[in-house]
Amino acid sequence: MSFDYDQFIRGGKLPHIWCPGCTYGIVFKSLLRAVDSLKIPKDDIALVSGIGCASRLPGYVDWNTLHTTHGRALPFATGLKMARPDKRVLVVSGDGDATAIGGNHFIHACRRNIDITVIVLNNFIYGMTGGQHSPTTPIGHLATTMPFGNVDPIFNIPELAKGAGATWVGRGTAYHVPALDKLIIGAIEHKGLSVLEIINACPTTHGRRNKFRSPTDMLLWMKDTALPLSAFEKLPPEKTAGKFPTGILYKREAPEYSETYFAMVERLMKQKEGRAD
Amino acid sequence: MGTLKLLQGNEACAEGALYAGCTFFAGYPITPSTEVAEYLARRLPLIGGVILQMEDEIASVGAIIGASLAGKKSMTATSGPGFSLKQENIGFGMLCEVPCVIVDVMRGGPSTGVPTGPSQSDIMQCKWGTHGDHPVICLTPAYVQEIFSETVRAFNLAERYRTPVIIAFDEIVGHMREKIEIPEKGVLPVENRRRPTCPPSEYKPFDETKGDVPPVADFFSGYRQHITGLNHASDGFPVNASPRIHTDELRLIRKVEGNRKDIIRNETVTLDDAEVAVFAYGVSGRSGKNAVELARAAGIKAGLLRPLTIWPFPEEDVAALASRVKGIIVPELSLGQIVHEVERCAKGRCKVEGIFRVDGDPITPAQILEKIKEVQS
Repeated sequence: MSFDYDQFIRGGKLPHIWCPGCTYGIVFKSLLRAVDSLKIPKDDIALVSGIGCASRLPGYVDWNTLHTTHGRALPFATGLKMARPDKRVLVVSGDGDATAIGGNHFIHACRRNIDITVIVLNNFIYGMTGGQHSPTTPIGHLATTMPFGNVDPIFNIPELAKGAGATWVGRGTAYHVPALDKLIIGAIEHKGLSVLEIINACPTTHGRRNKFRSPTDMLLWMKDTALPLSAFEKLPPEKTAGKFPTGILYKREAPEYSETYFAMVERLMKQKEGRAD
Repeated sequence: MGTLKLLQGNEACAEGALYAGCTFFAGYPITPSTEVAEYLARRLPLIGGVILQMEDEIASVGAIIGASLAGKKSMTATSGPGFSLKQENIGFGMLCEVPCVIVDVMRGGPSTGVPTGPSQSDIMQCKWGTHGDHPVICLTPAYVQEIFSETVRAFNLAERYRTPVIIAFDEIVGHMREKIEIPEKGVLPVENRRRPTCPPSEYKPFDETKGDVPPVADFFSGYRQHITGLNHASDGFPVNASPRIHTDELRLIRKVEGNRKDIIRNETVTLDDAEVAVFAYGVSGRSGKNAVELARAAGIKAGLLRPLTIWPFPEEDVAALASRVKGIIVPELSLGQIVHEVERCAKGRCKVEGIFRVDGDPITPAQILEKIKEVQS
């Protein structure tokens, strides 16, 4: 039986704004299937975003949704989570939104290990504004603000998240869909700050300037360059050039911020009661 | 009888927030406002509240908006440079009609300026700091007791009009210690935002047919909604079409400007028969009061108009005053900001004379008295 997406999609809000060939729709559907399989009630989940193509996703989903300012989804999400620590809070962001203008919030949310799921849709470009280079645009690629080829060094998003203290870090692609469903489920189920980078394609502002003749070429590029972490690790370094590992890349257990905070509150309130007696 | 305390202004602000039911504070250390956060850090956890020191000023205001959307009364506090950083998200709060309180303890600027010196030079930033047209409520208490009561009022106005409210006072009042009485619970009114009574399926977060201040549903309360910083229709979803944007922005302005009588509050001192008036707020209002008393002792009919609400600006009061006094003196710790508003409302009906000072010291009563004599003669 086919999956009923309509149960999650807000009536009258489609079609979405994404261009033909954009892979965000693939991720959108994967997210809906993942949340459905976790049986999270619609009233108990919030999806927060900043600005950019990825950040328009919450508007289509029938949850508690919040479309904030550029780069700032995580502070708003932190406010929601600390106000209602019993609820699920997800953030969807893009490469520029999460790691350029929102970079400070990104690393500090990772450091706190607050129970928020951060899904970064990396399409290697500022798509909404027409194709400027982002912190993940590959070196040498053409962008409107790098017309002679990008010379701006890049972020590795999972490594950045791990270094900043995230306790669950993964990477998937819009091509490897069954694996992506599982990764999103894993990211949401993890207690603590999880970062899932999802490799995406922007044919309109990135692909067509960079010798991808069609959106299909961009998906095939993902197919050819993504390797499960176990396979990636077995290769000698000279054979990993141009490839990237996918799957759960890093995971550890650590105290979650809202639990730690409210444990302190409980202890202090008990002490106060004790004194009143 | 309430509780008597010796507190500095910043601490009184924190006490006012607690009295008003604030359970969520997010901030970032900055002189001269840090004591607000420090005081709440000692108090909020004891009542189950949340205190967060965020990674920056921008994050602090983002966090309090997030918390308010989940139903908490929330506040942040900052000073000059931090207030500049917060502006974009303050605008988000205004467009998305999120009740919250932003405290700006003014210090000298621009840039790092004089972190430990008083100033009143953020007052136009309070009005115009964020981009676009927007409603602004800004309160300007001058005494420690007043910082307490005006902070309670700020929360009430935020809840009543569903908008961020700014409290702007200066470093002197922020750090000054005075005796204050914290009233028993129930003495000062404490208001809560109007929440929807309709079934969730019928709820629209910006439904103008429910009045200029539509009811607010909390996130996770069963009223699933979409909130966006894009101009939006009554159901909360983006629109970029005429005439909705225009009419909705007019509603935002109207909910503040249309309730000026409810929002504007002034203190007046011997103003009824005054021939010379002093218009001053905050610490300059304190000096102004003293100067007016000295002038009266010297036989000069002087009076004071001290706004506790600077935005919306008390246009009617200034206009009425201008038509019956020789002159209005406007002392302010800037190179002349609010004086232009007074001139705008006086419309040339009387002299308007500014006294400006930005060297880190307050304007003295003697300085103002001298000007009163000058205008009187």
